[in-house]
Amino acid sequence: MDHLKQLVTDGLNAVAQAADEAALDHVRVQYLGKKGELTQQLKSLGQLSAQERPAAGAKINEAKQQVQDAITVKRTMMAANALSKQLAVESIDVTLPGRGQDFGGLHPVTMTIERIQNFFAQIGFSVAQGPEIEDDYHNFEALNIPAHHPARAMHDTFYFGDGTLLRTHTSGVQVRTMEKQQPPIRIICPGRVYRCDSDQTHSPMFHQIEGLLVDDNISFADLKGILHNFLNVFFERDLQVRFRPSYFPFTEPSIEVDIGYLGEDGEQKWLEVLGCGMVHPKVFEHSGIDTEKYTGFAFGMGVERLAMLRYGVKDLRMFFENDLRFLAQFS
Amino acid sequence: MKFSEQWLREWVNPALSSDELIAQITLAGLEVDDVESAAGEFSGVIVGEIMSAQQHPNADKLRVCQVSDGATEIQVVCGAPNARVGIKVAFATVGAVLPGNFKIKKAKLRQEESFGMLCSAAELEISDENEGIMELAADAPIGTDVREYLNLNDKIIDVDLTPNRGDCLSIAGLAREVGVLNSLDVTAPEHPELAPQVDDVFPVKVSAPEHCPRFLGRVLNNIDITQSSPLWLQEKLRRCDLRSIDPVVDVTNYILLEMGQPMHAYDLDKVNGSIIVRMASQGESLTLLDGQKVELTNETLVIADNEGVLGMAGIMGGADTGVGEGTHNVFLEAAFFNPISIAGKARSYGLHTDASHRFERGVDYDLQRKAIDRATMLLQSIVGGEAGPIVEQVSAEHLPSLSKVTLRKARLESLLAYKIPHQKVLDILTRLGLTLVSSDDHGWTFTAPSWRFDIAIEADLVEEVARVYGYNNLPSTNPVATMEIPSKSEVERPLSVLRRHMVSCGYQEAITYSMVEPGLLAKFDDQNKPVELLNPISADMAVMRTSLWPGLVKALQHNQNRQQSRVRLFETGQRFIPSKQGLQQQDVFAGLIYGSRHPESWHGKAEQVDYFDAKGDLESLLEISGQRFSFEAEEHLALHPGQSAAVQLADKTIGYIGAMHPGLVKDLGLDGPVFMFEVDLASISMGMLPAYETLSKFPEMRRDLAIVLDQKTSVAKVTQNIESSAGEWLKSVRLFDVYQGQGIENGQKSLALGLTWQHPERTLTDDEVNQWVEQVVKHLSQHAGASLRG
Repeated sequence: MDHLKQLVTDGLNAVAQAADEAALDHVRVQYLGKKGELTQQLKSLGQLSAQERPAAGAKINEAKQQVQDAITVKRTMMAANALSKQLAVESIDVTLPGRGQDFGGLHPVTMTIERIQNFFAQIGFSVAQGPEIEDDYHNFEALNIPAHHPARAMHDTFYFGDGTLLRTHTSGVQVRTMEKQQPPIRIICPGRVYRCDSDQTHSPMFHQIEGLLVDDNISFADLKGILHNFLNVFFERDLQVRFRPSYFPFTEPSIEVDIGYLGEDGEQKWLEVLGCGMVHPKVFEHSGIDTEKYTGFAFGMGVERLAMLRYGVKDLRMFFENDLRFLAQFS
Repeated sequence: MKFSEQWLREWVNPALSSDELIAQITLAGLEVDDVESAAGEFSGVIVGEIMSAQQHPNADKLRVCQVSDGATEIQVVCGAPNARVGIKVAFATVGAVLPGNFKIKKAKLRQEESFGMLCSAAELEISDENEGIMELAADAPIGTDVREYLNLNDKIIDVDLTPNRGDCLSIAGLAREVGVLNSLDVTAPEHPELAPQVDDVFPVKVSAPEHCPRFLGRVLNNIDITQSSPLWLQEKLRRCDLRSIDPVVDVTNYILLEMGQPMHAYDLDKVNGSIIVRMASQGESLTLLDGQKVELTNETLVIADNEGVLGMAGIMGGADTGVGEGTHNVFLEAAFFNPISIAGKARSYGLHTDASHRFERGVDYDLQRKAIDRATMLLQSIVGGEAGPIVEQVSAEHLPSLSKVTLRKARLESLLAYKIPHQKVLDILTRLGLTLVSSDDHGWTFTAPSWRFDIAIEADLVEEVARVYGYNNLPSTNPVATMEIPSKSEVERPLSVLRRHMVSCGYQEAITYSMVEPGLLAKFDDQNKPVELLNPISADMAVMRTSLWPGLVKALQHNQNRQQSRVRLFETGQRFIPSKQGLQQQDVFAGLIYGSRHPESWHGKAEQVDYFDAKGDLESLLEISGQRFSFEAEEHLALHPGQSAAVQLADKTIGYIGAMHPGLVKDLGLDGPVFMFEVDLASISMGMLPAYETLSKFPEMRRDLAIVLDQKTSVAKVTQNIESSAGEWLKSVRLFDVYQGQGIENGQKSLALGLTWQHPERTLTDDEVNQWVEQVVKHLSQHAGASLRG
């Protein structure tokens, strides 16, 4: 039995000495394997009497268990050490930038158009589109601007010489929609428009959004209400808004809408932001809509102008230079 | 139109400050653009008279003047060449303050003392005139403050009138408007009819009465044109932006401003036989008053005599018969030309005059007699002469007819969602000059005044009432509408989704001009002849794009010039393709990449983008639609012949992708390589509705194949051959390696492909699959020249 004790002591020492998994496994085989030294001890039981055997067997098993436990503890410890070493090795600077593409961005004109479209989509307006190379009829005639009308001088038009032209406004889409559809009509028409004019405040190409609402009993009060509402939502402020009589051949009454702000000198100033009006009966007649039954309003706004006000852009030309340093500011 | 506030107030003078008046007319639709003072800020400047002017003893260009201020004579040293005895001058005395806070003090100029300064108009900021000192009228009262004498406490108001309000292009018209807005009566200057002093008449013949329904003329003999216009008249003209020329021109201009009637005066001695109003003959020529020579078209109305054209009717007179220094007898014209006959004509000759501006918009057709009488009277008070009787040619049938317009009370109320008191409605419309013809419970019927060409229908009256009542005094509500969910196809992929996808791939959206430079466009597209603008704004924007690439490439160039080493741009918009069926305005989606594959980073080395980066991005965009697109090697003018493909959908080419042709890269001075694509938007915006298929419960079988074949044979061809020979249960073909190099003959390549089969209802056997693999290998060998890699 002293031998057994000695074996346990040796075994535990060997476990303690084992430097790695392989050495530990070697110890396990040496003491607990089929031919291990402690396992071998069980074979000596045959020499004992039947009465002695259970106690001796229990002692040997206890010895084996002792070594086995030591091995298990050591193994767990080794695994924990290995893991913490691995973790130490694998630790990284988590503040380094991640891998992959930069995010790009939408053009501020698109952002503005989409915002406005979404506002009106929420109250049931759908998007309508029309051609950019337009005929004289849809750009002018049907909008109550006959040839030689002085209002044509306000539109510096690009012509192609075959009766077609680059649309000067998105208002032609109104006409095209009303030709196809009877009221109620609620549309919003964004798009490129063209004027033969170029300087710091004019671009030969810019964007407009046109809106049209035709239904029974649409009044001037409705027009005022919806546009004031729109401007407040667009600028996210409770704005001072004023409605000023103006002239567009395709609306009557015609209105220009100004928003109020305080100038640097502290004085009340006004800034024109959009044009609108009640649809002119002649426009309805051109499109086959009963002027007694229906009334409606239309409005139009310059997208770049609104984007400039909203984002503080000072020079209109920036919108079409496509300078990444400019575009990236809107992503 | 610029006008003098004081002149307006002579006609109607509401109890409003200048600012209030300006705000009021702006809110009535007469938008004020600008306001300036009639003169600079100054004080202490009086009317003086030069009593003596001696040469300065020590300076050639200076004079020592004694100037009377009414009480004493004061010595002033003056450098103006026109400083001479007897003239009345603007005399800034010691203590005066001139514009710019310039204080006048006692001074010594080359040893001569000077107590004040004689001022030019520019020094007082009255005009730009700085040639010598200002000479005041001989009867200017000495000692009077110049501000008071010249009535300089006045504002010059620039009002931007909309084209429908030609009736406001005069003091009379503006006064009428201000009268309506303030419910005030307007006082016009009295103009009694003028009795002719002589019987002289000059014959007038109107042979185009539809264009000139009314023409009035009068002879004025023996005038003294050497007289100059009185100061008040000159000042009024100046403040309305017109220069004083001679009394005849000044008076016609004055009538234009005061009444809105453009007039013309001819040197009668230069007119032959008679005045004829007719259309020009094609090619007839005329030298205009401004010296410009024009060749007329037969659509131009002219005033002619027996020998030829004298002037363009309603636009500008001719130089030959213009009034000038030697004029003794004049013929005055006041006509009504039909707006439609004048509209656009001036512009077609590159002209724009005060007269054409008014006639195009419509001049009061009842005004001519009053205007010619008032002009004659004013003119006679300056240049004398004897006036003959008025000769009038009128064609009543061609005069505008007085339109009768009915305003229904219910309509007015429902359109405005407000009830304006009926008395107020009537007051507004009658003050505007409308005549009430009849009324009943339902509404009123009016005739429009002869000066309003913009009142023809009920809506016009609604506008007038609303405008004068004040748009901002009317209610505001939110419209009530029928609720209805608009129909929208589920398979439609909104553009906003496609755009956002590109944004996630690192692209910035660009917007480039639709008009491009033809030479540049031709480098990208030699298939389509672009549509040309008739009046381009510049040569580099002369045609409509047939591709978005030139615009994107210019944007790339702009950014490369600004040291951007990595550019990813996309644009959506129309291209304009002429075709036999007419012009196609086609929406497309285009993109361009250049520079490093990833943003500059700490990991890995910076790799440059290649064809497959662009293709990968495009494929992921196409994936959104879910349709099956294919890529076929196809050359394109702008693309590298070995790196360009046509993008196809159902055997139709919907766009191109590739590397920009290295020759073109060099030609445009770009840094390359550059990869770009452009596809038809409609083709990629339509997806498919998902349709469920039962999932197979049986295992997949996979076989990997390594084949060797000619490097020019496309993977697409290999895949097609596999698909056509691998049996009906082939589920997928995946390419997992492409290899060229050691172990593979030159000109050959090795492909590794994984083929997967699956049957919906049973497990496939090895034998079956092996048989399909054999079929595939055989087929590839026959149709693609491929052999199994040994």
